[in-house]
Amino acid sequence: MRTILAHRLFPLLPVVAIVIVLPACFPSAYYYRVAALVFIFGLAALGLNLLMGFAGQVSLGHAAFLGVGGYAVAIGPARLGGSPCVYVIAGALLSGLIAWVAGRPILRLKGHYLAVVTLGFGLLLAIALNNETGLTGGPDGISVPRLVVLGLTLRTAADWYWISAAFFLLGALVALNLIDSPTGRALRAIHDSEVAARVLGVDVAAKKLLVFVMSAAYASVAGSLFALLNGHITPDLAGFLRSIELVAMVVLGGMGSVIGSLVGAAFLVILPQTLAVLHDYEHMVLGLVLMLAMIFLRAGIVPTLSRFVTVRPA
Amino acid sequence: MTLLCVVDLSISFGGVRALDRVSFDVASGTVFSIIGPNGAGKTTLFNIISGLYAPQAGHVRLAGEDVTGRYPEELARCGLSRTFQNLQLFRRLTALENVMVGHHRHERSGLFADLFHLPACTHQNKRTRGAALDALDRVGLAALAERPAASLPYGVLKRLEIARALATRPNLLLLDEPAAGCNAAESGELKGIIRGLARDGITVLLVEHDMRLVMEISDRIHVLAEGRTLAEGTAAEVRNNPAVIAAYLGACAEPKCTDAVH
Repeated sequence: MRTILAHRLFPLLPVVAIVIVLPACFPSAYYYRVAALVFIFGLAALGLNLLMGFAGQVSLGHAAFLGVGGYAVAIGPARLGGSPCVYVIAGALLSGLIAWVAGRPILRLKGHYLAVVTLGFGLLLAIALNNETGLTGGPDGISVPRLVVLGLTLRTAADWYWISAAFFLLGALVALNLIDSPTGRALRAIHDSEVAARVLGVDVAAKKLLVFVMSAAYASVAGSLFALLNGHITPDLAGFLRSIELVAMVVLGGMGSVIGSLVGAAFLVILPQTLAVLHDYEHMVLGLVLMLAMIFLRAGIVPTLSRFVTVRPA
Repeated sequence: MTLLCVVDLSISFGGVRALDRVSFDVASGTVFSIIGPNGAGKTTLFNIISGLYAPQAGHVRLAGEDVTGRYPEELARCGLSRTFQNLQLFRRLTALENVMVGHHRHERSGLFADLFHLPACTHQNKRTRGAALDALDRVGLAALAERPAASLPYGVLKRLEIARALATRPNLLLLDEPAAGCNAAESGELKGIIRGLARDGITVLLVEHDMRLVMEISDRIHVLAEGRTLAEGTAAEVRNNPAVIAAYLGACAEPKCTDAVH
């Protein structure tokens, strides 16, 4: 039993169980849609969590990469032709490239310069998406062609529930693999003591850059999934508020916790839906919940709760 | 053979001359200690040798190669490792994982293998684990391997840092006050560990305030005071040097000084 609990992929087990069992409790297609959104934003939050929880850096414009992925599947097939699948990959590569170019000079420096640079990039992209009406449709957004795989058109929320869950699980698998690998250990070490990591021969700047590029690719794929699920996207996807929401998901769920990313995303996707009955007070209650969570569950929901559950071997 | 050669190192912080033309040679396979009152510049010297600071003047040569101003990660690849006076452990990692990071410069698994846990990664993990357990065993901490570093007491953490530095397989190991805060028994164990390192051909550069430890294990001792070299020699030579005695007992070597007091 203990060996299963200690296995690096153990955290995936409850998620797989939930993915399989959950549809049995869904009374309508709307629930599939919300659950799909949880997995999609969980994937984006997971990428950001690698950056925040392991490299100790913050991106305040991470939604820009959601935007790159989203608009890649919206504009690409319409203008250049080909399957949206190709543009999911193209968007991820483009996001990774942008992250690499922006991060390379910045991540050599100590401190939170990355936060400022990503903030600037996020605002810039949102403005461009709003104003390049010919290409992006401007503030009204743009429609996204339906994905056709093997002659089947994927349009129902249930289809996207399974696809989003699969992508989240794949992302989580890669993240868990990474954590328990030479590269991952070096990353976790950097977060605790940069100077010690350097003295041991870890190329700190290169490792931070790597994880920033990965986190951008995660967000981009999530953005593509969001666009394909919705069938329509607006610049809101890449906006500043989205970026903050992603950061909140990571902090709320738990920095450095793979499952925490999903829990944080679930909170911030589901809570506004359930609080909608409060009308004008929705945001007030949402803010209050976030504040209380941070006061009483400072390490984040999952790390705090798992401390009560896990029995450490003496 | 000379492994480390420090030539005329100088550095100032604002108006304070932290090091002023300090020079010494460390022979391969020896234990070389640097002592001096607080503020003498010992840790600054360590920070320059390990690449954390760049000196304003002077050179550092490692195995005949000029390594002045190189980054710590590059020096690690040249076989230099160190510990820190005010512990720099990876608190969220276990003791074993801390030491495994020490082995990082020998890891060869590649990013792709790491992301998908291909055999190259699992094999590397196994080898790293073995090397880390060896290093832990060497400082007598193998039993605490799975404990999170944050849960271990201070004296143990001091030794854990040595194990982590050893896992890099260094030629030159810089120990910054390894006995600070240790009791007599721990300090005795430390003596055995450091002697063992020298026996295995690892050159040890030691900064330490525990004089009994320093006198017993050092092949040579270099004395610093206010950034300058005060004396250098064997334990016996240094112990009987009037300038050293003066610096340590607070008495004044120059008669002028006594006049000023009266």
